[in-house]
Amino acid sequence: MNKKLLEAVNISKYFLDPVHLQVLKKINFSIFEGEFVSIMGKSGCGKSTLLYILSTMDTDYEGDLLIDGTSMRNKKEAELARVRNEKIGFVFQFHYLLNEFSVLRNVMLPGLKLGRYSEEELESHAYEKLRILGIEKEAVKKPNQLSGGEKQRVAIARAMINNPIIIMGDEPTGNLDKKNGEIVYNIFKELADVYNQSLLIVTHDNEFASKTNRIIEMEDGQIINA
Amino acid sequence: MNYSLIGSISLSLLMARWKQTLVAAIGVTFSITMFIALLSFMSGLNRMLDGLIINRTPHIRLYNEIRPSDVQPIDRAVQFKDHYNFIHSIRPKNERLEIYNSGAIIQQLRKDPRVLGVAPKVTTQVFYTVGPIEMTGVINGIEVEEEDRLFLFRDYVTEGNYIDLKNIPNSIILGKGAAETMLTNLGDLIQVTTSKGERVQLKVVGYFQSEIQDIDKVQSYASVQTAQKLLGESRNYVTDIQVKLKDLNIAPVLAKEFRQLFEVEAVDVQTANSQFETGTSIRTLISYAVGITLLIVAGFGIYNILNMMIYEKMDSIAILKATGFSGKDVNRIFISIALSIGIFGGLLGLAFGFGLAYLIDQVPFVTAALPTITTYPVDYNPRIYFIGGAFSLVTTYLAGYLPSRKASKIDPVIIIRGK
Repeated sequence: MNKKLLEAVNISKYFLDPVHLQVLKKINFSIFEGEFVSIMGKSGCGKSTLLYILSTMDTDYEGDLLIDGTSMRNKKEAELARVRNEKIGFVFQFHYLLNEFSVLRNVMLPGLKLGRYSEEELESHAYEKLRILGIEKEAVKKPNQLSGGEKQRVAIARAMINNPIIIMGDEPTGNLDKKNGEIVYNIFKELADVYNQSLLIVTHDNEFASKTNRIIEMEDGQIINA
Repeated sequence: MNYSLIGSISLSLLMARWKQTLVAAIGVTFSITMFIALLSFMSGLNRMLDGLIINRTPHIRLYNEIRPSDVQPIDRAVQFKDHYNFIHSIRPKNERLEIYNSGAIIQQLRKDPRVLGVAPKVTTQVFYTVGPIEMTGVINGIEVEEEDRLFLFRDYVTEGNYIDLKNIPNSIILGKGAAETMLTNLGDLIQVTTSKGERVQLKVVGYFQSEIQDIDKVQSYASVQTAQKLLGESRNYVTDIQVKLKDLNIAPVLAKEFRQLFEVEAVDVQTANSQFETGTSIRTLISYAVGITLLIVAGFGIYNILNMMIYEKMDSIAILKATGFSGKDVNRIFISIALSIGIFGGLLGLAFGFGLAYLIDQVPFVTAALPTITTYPVDYNPRIYFIGGAFSLVTTYLAGYLPSRKASKIDPVIIIRGK
């Protein structure tokens, strides 16, 4: 049995505004090392809300979340930031690269924050990640000089820089055309197969989801099929 | 904590909006410049005005005053000790203006380590006689060298040599106003009638110009010996003992001590010129108020720019937080943006402020009332620069505080979800 990376225990969430609404209803599931998991569901089923709780960015929920065996409840904001920095990589629908910095620097930022390696070491790590994603030639450019697909690949490199235990994605192909979406999917697949990287991707794209190892289907705030 | 990382992020955010940043920094520069220039000028002016009084006024003046006795005979009577006594028509007691035992007092004072110097003085009322006209006047008999050392006497002698007063017997330095009325020239003899009715001839060796016209019309200077001669008194006769202290601020305390010790009247410069102290402190207050207002306005400029920057960089802040930067880090980034605007603008302001103060210092300022002043007075006190620098840091920090706190509280979820 592989190591358990992430475990959701009875996670519930309510929205109070505009009406009292339970968006998540006692969610329980686990993700193991090396898994490529997708969370599927219609718009409004609560899948994004769940991802934000799992990513520790949203702390307003009931139940418990264990990452790498540690409970995320009662952790301070700075400690959660540290967990995100060290153990989780993010890829969003939009790339959110900082236009003020070069591509390379963008990739390095979370690593610089972690401070585990020197700047020179990080630079070579960042080059390596960019090479895996096939965009090492763009390293010195500014993000706004890149195409949409390239930007998303830079965002993936940034997610990988600290060798996180899991990469989380929120509709990472949502903004891309079919071809670029395909490229991004292939990258994820390669990361999972070759580098044994665990991935948790939220999507409403059936085709994308069907190609992952495991699909968690959600409806109305509940998991209907894990 | 990785400060260089925070610094490089701050710097890149600054450069991304360098025009607005520059405007904010110019605001700080301008306000610090004006603050420094204004305070230097104001402080210089204060120092000059204070100097008019303080330099020429003894810190403590010992004298005898004609006034009623503090203790009336009935107060000494045992049987009325517990009574409140009303006495009508009290008259001042007959007292000489001479300070008793002045030689011993002067000796004692000169030995006191707190005292910088002592200058005795003989003041006497006279009439200047010009043909049939008699004008009232006052002759101050002074010890010329001590008077010059302690009270810068020579600065106010506009014509003639002040030391002649000592070297030429029966000489006088006339007040400029009195000299003009009497139409005298240097070297002329003038006739003076003393209060005892004697007529004495004195040689004019110089003109004296204080910055107060009423004084110049009345006052003249002679040596102590000449004044004693005019009065027909002995060499011990002294009406005033002027004391200059090493530390001006202890004057009120020492005046009290001397009053008891020597049994004479003693007045300190603070009491004698309290209106001057008030004027000085109010002028200082006003200039600080104006300077600080300027800084606060500059602070609002910084506040606005940071607020704008935060709205604009909301996404960047969100992604920094999502990828592991804590609220504290984000707070530090924006505080350091604010502080670098403050430091950069402030330093330039200090330099420009010095330049402006220097320029003011070069502007000619000639007035008949102030013979020793040729340009506008400016004070280069480092304290003003220190206060200006400290205030620029404090205001920019405060201006950055609220926006930074807002930035640190930004919830990454809201923004990322919002797209």
